[in-house]
Amino acid sequence: MQLPPALHARLAGAPGSAEPLPVERDPAARTAPFRFAPRPVRFPREHDFFEEGDVQRHLYLQDVLMQVGGAPERPRVPEFTCQVAGCCQVFDALEDYEHHYHTLHRNVCSFCKRAFPSGHLLDTHILEWHDSLFQILAERQDMYQCLVEGCTEKFRTSRDRKEHLVMRHLYPADFRFDKPRKSRGPVMPGAAEQVLAEALGDDGVPSEGDAMEVCSEHVEPPPVPAGERRAYSHREMNSCPSAALAQLPRIWPERYHLPSVLVKVPREDLKGPRREISTSNGGSSAALWRCCRASPPRHGGPRTLARATLHVAGL
Amino acid sequence: MWSRQRGRLKPLCCGVEELRCRRREREAALRKARREQQLVSKRLLRDEALEEAEEGCVAMIFGEAEIQQFLQLAQRGTEEKEREGALVSLRRGLQRPETQQTFIRLEGSIRTLVGLLTSNQALLQLEAARCLHELSHSEQSAVVEACLPATSYLLTYLSGHSSDFISPHLTVLEALGYALSQLLQAKEAPEKIIPSVLGSTLPQHMLQLLQPGPKLNLGVAVEFAWCLHYIICSQVNNALLITQGALSTLGLLLLDLAGAVQRTEDAGLELLACPVLRCLSNLLTEAAAEAVGGQLQLRDERVVAALFILLQFLLQKQPSLLPEGLWLLNNLTANSPSFCTSLLSLDLIEPLLHLLSVSNVVSVLVLTVLCNVAEKGPAYCQRLWPGPLLSSLLDTLAFSDTEVVGQSLELLQLLFLYQPGAAQAFLQQSGLQALQRHEEVAQLQDRVHALQQTALHG
Repeated sequence: MQLPPALHARLAGAPGSAEPLPVERDPAARTAPFRFAPRPVRFPREHDFFEEGDVQRHLYLQDVLMQVGGAPERPRVPEFTCQVAGCCQVFDALEDYEHHYHTLHRNVCSFCKRAFPSGHLLDTHILEWHDSLFQILAERQDMYQCLVEGCTEKFRTSRDRKEHLVMRHLYPADFRFDKPRKSRGPVMPGAAEQVLAEALGDDGVPSEGDAMEVCSEHVEPPPVPAGERRAYSHREMNSCPSAALAQLPRIWPERYHLPSVLVKVPREDLKGPRREISTSNGGSSAALWRCCRASPPRHGGPRTLARATLHVAGL
Repeated sequence: MWSRQRGRLKPLCCGVEELRCRRREREAALRKARREQQLVSKRLLRDEALEEAEEGCVAMIFGEAEIQQFLQLAQRGTEEKEREGALVSLRRGLQRPETQQTFIRLEGSIRTLVGLLTSNQALLQLEAARCLHELSHSEQSAVVEACLPATSYLLTYLSGHSSDFISPHLTVLEALGYALSQLLQAKEAPEKIIPSVLGSTLPQHMLQLLQPGPKLNLGVAVEFAWCLHYIICSQVNNALLITQGALSTLGLLLLDLAGAVQRTEDAGLELLACPVLRCLSNLLTEAAAEAVGGQLQLRDERVVAALFILLQFLLQKQPSLLPEGLWLLNNLTANSPSFCTSLLSLDLIEPLLHLLSVSNVVSVLVLTVLCNVAEKGPAYCQRLWPGPLLSSLLDTLAFSDTEVVGQSLELLQLLFLYQPGAAQAFLQQSGLQALQRHEEVAQLQDRVHALQQTALHG
């Protein structure tokens, strides 16, 4: 199938629509015995039209299972230390390191060293904690924005917001997003766990005050340029631990991280009697296409809206 | 952005031919399952041999006390290996429906799982994601529904990551998407589950995960695109999705996909193309898809360019998905003079004709799209003529499939009506003989005779 060369250029070009050629219909066009009328078609979930794509989807899921099998092998590398100043965590697998880096070093507030899972949450934190204008405004209006992207609710206090998150968005009652930086010195395995355990409500008392509050030791940050409010701003700056990684052996594994237990090969008796199975190429009846119309043809009078009722039988 | 991290392939211990044969068998089995309405990917089909070989034990049923123990160990154990091991044991247990039930009824269990899914320990996160996967396979919708409330929280937690470096997060996201897609496939989904999903912020999250850009991850996008497909084809409230920008997001994604197929070889892009094509096609049938004045909201002609690039890709890679692409083309062109004009001005008629020999379904679709163009009048037919169209039509008249021939007759009639000289040319190329063959076919007779009359007498 040869495509005109200009097509690729068009794809890369500016958005726009073609100025339509004049439409001029002759009523004789739809006179019996001819009956063609252009109409958009919709298919409901169980329709046979979807068979091919569904089968391919399931083959894919089965393939992933076959490929991954049990727990994936984790390539080991010679032990190395996290390069971020003040952090002494040691690793022997790149995957663990990348995870550690992202969780604890990436979205870090340069004012108070708290770490956040995402740029969005970091931004929110900075606004609420380190912006004096915010505090002033908060006295007069609802400033605490719901943390769920897409929800536009705002609240007077952090506690109100937390309640909204729990009641409306079903957050765990003891959630927290911020993580403290680790203290200087050899890593105490208990430290991070301690925070996590508290977060999970071990102490039985919901954290007071702000949902994102934390209190722990902090470490001097790596020197940041003056005026730079966050530990990262643009991707180029600090988006990856590449500097550290550059020293490591280049065996970044290729993995498809989908947990192993998915659909497996069916153990049906393939030799048993089965229905005629049409192959994907040409055997299936083209009548398949004629089912399921959407609204009736648009010409002439006002469109009627055919909604949830679908005509399976063809016309 | 488009590079997909593949699973590590086990060493091949059999030939390529044998693999192909096995794949055909699997395909046939899946087709059968679908026709019997059993193709729900949540059905865990245990391959005992594989399980035992790799894990050396059969899943046991765990009671409350045991589950509690595992959870506590996972949460508070001192040794990383110990914590991981506890989750592995739990995950195995969760293969049994009895254990699943016990798990969801145990107070705080989901919450603990959510905590582990957001752990700062990669391995724990991964194992927790596997547990979520197990739960999402449950035949019992109560089990899967129990996992649903955590989704909003988890998506907020996970939504800020960069795709390049946070593999455990990606795993959790994929697991979430997959779990959600299982839930949405349930029989009762349209009545019970989809309305509440639509009432939450989940659709917005999903659309965000489908935005093209540096953060787009193929594996994650595939899962959530399928989620969106299950929601849309259930036709609960598609208008809402349109107001949330679904058409524009999916349109942009289509453009991005077309760009990607030109650059990347064998990245599994058809896995994403399929649900995207379906979502767009179904959404276009909604009244809400039209702006004021009857024009489609989705108007950008680059969508047509992208679609053809994808059609070419599918022709190479997965011809069985061509009907889905052509379905979108039909829905784009049916009521849009602008898109019909694009087909002409971008020189896409000939590539379209090229697809006529692929299969009957594809041929009917191609002819339908051509009819969409031709029925708009003389200005359009003029641009279809002369060219390879006539000889292609004479070819399709030789098909035995009634639908294909029927659609060819419809197109011929439009050409005879709007394009002077068409009937003449048809006669000169032995068109009458081509028609004769179908004179006795009930479904075609009337139209055949009418065309014969028109050709002969004008």
